[in-house]
Amino acid sequence: MYDPLPSTAPPLIEISRVTRQFGSRTALNDVSLAVPRGGVFGLIGGNGAGKTTLIKHMMGLLKAQQGSVRVFGLDPIQHPVETLGRIGYLSEERDLPDWMQVRELIRYTQAFYPNWDEAFAEELRQTFDLDAKAVVRNLSRGQRARAGLLVALAHRPDLLVLDEPSSGLDPVVRRDILGAIIRTIAEEGRTVLFSSHLLDEVERVADWVAIIHEGRILLTASMDEIKDRHRRLTLRFTESVDRPPALVGALSFEGAGTEWTYICSGESRQLRLAAEALGATVVDDASLTLDEIFVSRIQG
Amino acid sequence: MLIHISTKDGVPIYLQVVNQIKYLVAAGRLTAGEELPPIRGLAEQLLVNPNTIARAYRELEAAGIVEKRRTAGTYVSDQGSPLARRERLKILTDRIDALVAEAMQMNVDLNDVVKLVQQRHAALQITETKE
Repeated sequence: MYDPLPSTAPPLIEISRVTRQFGSRTALNDVSLAVPRGGVFGLIGGNGAGKTTLIKHMMGLLKAQQGSVRVFGLDPIQHPVETLGRIGYLSEERDLPDWMQVRELIRYTQAFYPNWDEAFAEELRQTFDLDAKAVVRNLSRGQRARAGLLVALAHRPDLLVLDEPSSGLDPVVRRDILGAIIRTIAEEGRTVLFSSHLLDEVERVADWVAIIHEGRILLTASMDEIKDRHRRLTLRFTESVDRPPALVGALSFEGAGTEWTYICSGESRQLRLAAEALGATVVDDASLTLDEIFVSRIQG
Repeated sequence: MLIHISTKDGVPIYLQVVNQIKYLVAAGRLTAGEELPPIRGLAEQLLVNPNTIARAYRELEAAGIVEKRRTAGTYVSDQGSPLARRERLKILTDRIDALVAEAMQMNVDLNDVVKLVQQRHAALQITETKE
């Protein structure tokens, strides 16, 4: 098992002040992000938030117009072999060569990776129930995702990058993908970065989370920290009010009359003290789902 | 070992694992000396991060519910600790809260609820004797 504490080792991926324009549209706006070695890093955001653009910079598929990108300490554009050779990548489009049979896809991909593990590839093919002779073009959406996952995993990469791996897939295939993420990090020292808008999956497997919205990183923290530092407090006031008093750390509120519910950023104890200072009674103090935290953050 | 993880109500996943294992121990469905599944195996079964399971096992160990043995496994500790009793009472309290709330909603008097509990207790004892 790897060490969950942040180490002094340099981050595996380091994005510093990257800005990217597509025409007049700013896809990434002064983005800085450090992905530590070991564990699962979840990149969350809505459609068009900049997740895929950011991942493409990590993969050396896009060049930073401003700022710098380092993966394993190297610029992925100047050192594609040293970086890409250690990364397993499943793109959002799952762009696989359509005309190949599954066994040809495996042989073809194998040629790029000296560390290819043939036995592991075969084991994955059987686990995923992929027909060796099936043509990629004819695979179902789920089988196509599994084939993409197989070729991303079989060279046992130090870093596995999955862009929206579960998007549009049925629960059975989603289980395979989550299982692959878990097995990958359970093997010592490996790192997974995945983007998703399915926040219940992120909540299950991520050690670290970054929220990206409209090309900016709004929040980066460990999952434990994010869960600890967001609460839903329900307060009862002695008198009915049309609008509740401002509470330190409140991101949003709803309610009526004497009872109001706040979504807050802060630690439970301090939030309670702040609420009591307003003359309110705390009638409920609950944790939030990652989904609720995300929504309150991007609306704030 | 049956554990169910939900991401619907915001309870941190490690805490769900802790609470459910405490429940299983208190309810006698995990007994003293029984081995818990290995961290990685349980993580893959529940589809959660292995660190989360490791944290849950650490918390259970700190609470004296389980203990690590030299053979690297994690085992349920001997029962009879005051905590086990406290946990048992806590489980009952949750059930009683639900019962009382329901009785109030159905306009059933508390004395009648208590009487009913005693009747059911008597009825169960008769069944047990028969067996």
